[in-house]
Amino acid sequence: MSDFSIALPAAPGFARNIMTVARRELRDALRARWFALYTLAFLALGLGVSFLSAAATGGTGLEGFGRTTAGLINLVLLVVPAMALTAGAGAIASDRERGMLAYVLSYPIARWELLAGKYLGLAVALLASICAGFGLCAGILAWKGGGADPARVALLTALTYALALSMLAVGMAISARARKSGVAVGIAVFIWLLLVFITDLGLMAATLAFHPPIRLLFFAALANPLQVFKMWSLSSADASLDVLGPAGLYATDTFGAAVVWVFAASMALWILLPLAAALLLFCRRTAV
Amino acid sequence: MIQIDHLSATFGRFRAVDDVSFRIEPGQSVALWGSNGAGKSTIIRCVLGLVPFKGDIRIAGRDARRDGKQARRAIGYVPQELGFYDDLRVREAVRYFARLKGERPADQSAVLASVGLAGHESKRVRELSGGMKQRLALALAMIGDPPILVLDEVTASLDSAGREHLTDVLASLRAAGRTLFFASHRPAEIRALADRVILLERGRIIRESAPADLDDDRPAAALLRIRMPAPTARLAIDALHRRGIHAHLNGVGILVPAAEGARAAAVHALAQDSIPFDDFEFIQPGDAHAAHPAPARSETRYV
Repeated sequence: MSDFSIALPAAPGFARNIMTVARRELRDALRARWFALYTLAFLALGLGVSFLSAAATGGTGLEGFGRTTAGLINLVLLVVPAMALTAGAGAIASDRERGMLAYVLSYPIARWELLAGKYLGLAVALLASICAGFGLCAGILAWKGGGADPARVALLTALTYALALSMLAVGMAISARARKSGVAVGIAVFIWLLLVFITDLGLMAATLAFHPPIRLLFFAALANPLQVFKMWSLSSADASLDVLGPAGLYATDTFGAAVVWVFAASMALWILLPLAAALLLFCRRTAV
Repeated sequence: MIQIDHLSATFGRFRAVDDVSFRIEPGQSVALWGSNGAGKSTIIRCVLGLVPFKGDIRIAGRDARRDGKQARRAIGYVPQELGFYDDLRVREAVRYFARLKGERPADQSAVLASVGLAGHESKRVRELSGGMKQRLALALAMIGDPPILVLDEVTASLDSAGREHLTDVLASLRAAGRTLFFASHRPAEIRALADRVILLERGRIIRESAPADLDDDRPAAALLRIRMPAPTARLAIDALHRRGIHAHLNGVGILVPAAEGARAAAVHALAQDSIPFDDFEFIQPGDAHAAHPAPARSETRYV
């Protein structure tokens, strides 16, 4: 009995599918209100933080990008994770909710290709937003004579982007299984709160209550990508982690200059593990 | 062209498809017919690789599980109702899905013209009527000239004029030798399009017949209309599909074929899944006006 094999044009390769989805995701993000609002908020707050930080240190206003780094780090810790987490959380769940996910997957595209395309598209959109925010901020400071150091701006931008990539991956892992985009975004906001506030407060409370070894505190901080970003940015700006207290001293004493590699490895894991989780959850052969 | 052997699909403890086997020869048009929960849509979703299944499915010689991507290259799929990216223009939608099929995105206007959508390229998808959206879905399905068209209750949410137009387009595709595999609960549609009908009941094939032998009253003697807000309706349909209950959007909520002896199944399933609804009512066969009321303004995008 024949199995009706017929010659068919080859299905598109993975690179083509990923690029197709990424282009569409990027175009959607650039047209979306959330993207414009986050970028504007990031820019406005960045300029505000820069001005206030410089003024507080005795400057006459808009001057010195280096002085404002600490203020910008705190701004990044609030805005960028929220932006990346919510972008990732809506990526798949919203398509699933409106029935589009099943339709797209009826085309010759593998699940992992769709996920990778969405991640890539949103990653480029986030890069555009972060670059726009930091670029305009640094440009205005330079124009006003603040002398923004391009290398410092580039480094802070790169570290911010690494944080955004990790949070985007966490958001996509949430989205991979959520049936409703509202639920996915809700979980993303909860995780944002957990990382921004509760983990910090929890560490402080645990330190006061249990007096854990300093080493444990340092590694507990590494378990939070926001803390990794903060330590990494401060160490890059100040070349000293003393400002972080005993945990910073421990890191400097134990790892010396190599502490940067500890941060890099931790951040890489915070990008790769959630991305692997997203792939695993989304590609498991379950109903769409 | 399509070969299904010992296909089974379960959702939790519910067996939506139970040991189903059949073959569709090239150029044949085969309809799946059955009442609420019979397994029609689940079989289609298995063919598309959208739900996990046991058994074997071969499409144009390719294993749907192991070589799913290439197998789907042979298929053009039209769902019951498409939740398109509404802000997309028709031209952009064609380009996007053409790329996903590995086709050149340019020169797809002939496909749109073939379903009567020439001149609508620059419209946004949300500006199209329900019937035009279905024709757009058919146009997208035909990109790349796939040998098989898989259709899941494609006329269910259309008015009679839209239904007739779409049926005519499909009849011409069938006449041109395209293999059609579709689910429907409309005997007239099956008689117009099918060479062969597979009758399903509770996930099993109970018999195969010629379209002329269909008993009009057998499936879906009545409809159950469940009123709910539009955003909830999509969730409700997904939840019911997972339980093997077929439903579709309809103006003020969803419509579910209400099989004799299981009329409360959909209501019971929604309650179990904590999906809220405002009201429900039974619509007797032939009461077409009641089944297709004018949509509320806020729900236009679903109609």
